[in-house]
Amino acid sequence: MKTILFIEDEPTLQKTISQFLEGKGYKIKSALDGEIGLSVAKKIKPDLILLDLILPKKDGFEVLKEIKKDENIKHIPVIVLTNLEGNADIGEIFSFGAAAYLIKANYDLEEVVKKIEETLNK
Amino acid sequence: MLEKLNFVKECHKYGLSIWQCPNFLVIVIGFITILSMLSTYAIAIKYAQVEIVALIVVGITGALIMIGYFVIQGFEKLAQANQMKSEFVSIVSHQLRSPLTNIKWTLNLIMLKEKDSLAKERLERLNDIKENNQRMINLVNDLLSISRIEQGRLNFTLEKISLTKVIKELTKEYSLFSKASNVKFSLELEDLPLILIDPHGIDLILRNLIDNAVRYVRDKGLVKIKLIKKNNLARCEIKDNGVGIPKKDQRKIFQKFFRSQNVMKYQTEGTGLGLFITKSIVKASKGEIGFKSQEGEGSTFWFELPIKT
Repeated sequence: MKTILFIEDEPTLQKTISQFLEGKGYKIKSALDGEIGLSVAKKIKPDLILLDLILPKKDGFEVLKEIKKDENIKHIPVIVLTNLEGNADIGEIFSFGAAAYLIKANYDLEEVVKKIEETLNK
Repeated sequence: MLEKLNFVKECHKYGLSIWQCPNFLVIVIGFITILSMLSTYAIAIKYAQVEIVALIVVGITGALIMIGYFVIQGFEKLAQANQMKSEFVSIVSHQLRSPLTNIKWTLNLIMLKEKDSLAKERLERLNDIKENNQRMINLVNDLLSISRIEQGRLNFTLEKISLTKVIKELTKEYSLFSKASNVKFSLELEDLPLILIDPHGIDLILRNLIDNAVRYVRDKGLVKIKLIKKNNLARCEIKDNGVGIPKKDQRKIFQKFFRSQNVMKYQTEGTGLGLFITKSIVKASKGEIGFKSQEGEGSTFWFELPIKT
């Protein structure tokens, strides 16, 4: 069973996506802020990370950069799942090492899962 | 026209006081200049003393510079207000996206998990909510595009893209929806070299134009999409047999929030932002956009983009 870490500060989104992904046979770990997210990632080394950008304590850009700096976890694909768009830093999200960038509001749950499967099978 | 001359009222509308009102201050400057010329002339004749004349000129120049400063401040205030409005729209839109996503995904979950157990009527209700939720998401996306266009931050990431492929995929997606409302697509696509463009941008351009073509058809809709190479330009034409645009509205069709009276009769949905966004993206991609239309017969919208290999 593949493990996915979802770093997202909004509990309702956490709940819906976790329920849906569990139904699809994934194991979900949740983190509600950037700092916890990073430490959980280091501890459990998930197969994939879903990362929001606007997060308390440590924002998604920082978390992404630190994941990609850490030898032990830098191989883990990170899908940025956010509603932030048009920000100047977004253009650099791929050079920071993101595997994909999805705008939440523009994706159905099934499309998100499709993207997760695509990324895991790469 | 006369309304425009009442600059005091105009400036109050924008929240500017009379001494920040550029229209008023320019007239003041004009008066001072004329008056000072005349008085300098009169004084020069009477006293013929160079020092006095020079002093008056220095004084008047000082006054003009002061007024010029007020004018600049007035413009700055307007520019600031505009900037704040764009930022406000951007912040509000981003904030709206979170609850809208929550609704969307929760509905997704209910409809997927309980598809078989839900009564048909209830499923229809859920579909209505889903559609309305999507309308709000589309509106928020439009507002975000607008605020980015206004702040000059379109942030294009250029990729080599096959227009033929994009058009084929989009029309495939649309035929699912347009079948229901009796629209047929006919494609006439030349095989063009790849063009360098922002993928999200070209998607928005085509989506907006096809949306309009499909939306305003009457009973038997036919949408013809043609793609040709013209010198080193890719030219795409989207022709429909819909309601067309009345002559008097044709000039305003690319303006923000503009919606023609005759389309309001057929379709009240829509924000009047689509063509403004489309034109802005085409322009930012160094292309051209235009249309031909006859009320009651249909419209042909075209755009041209440079082919860079």
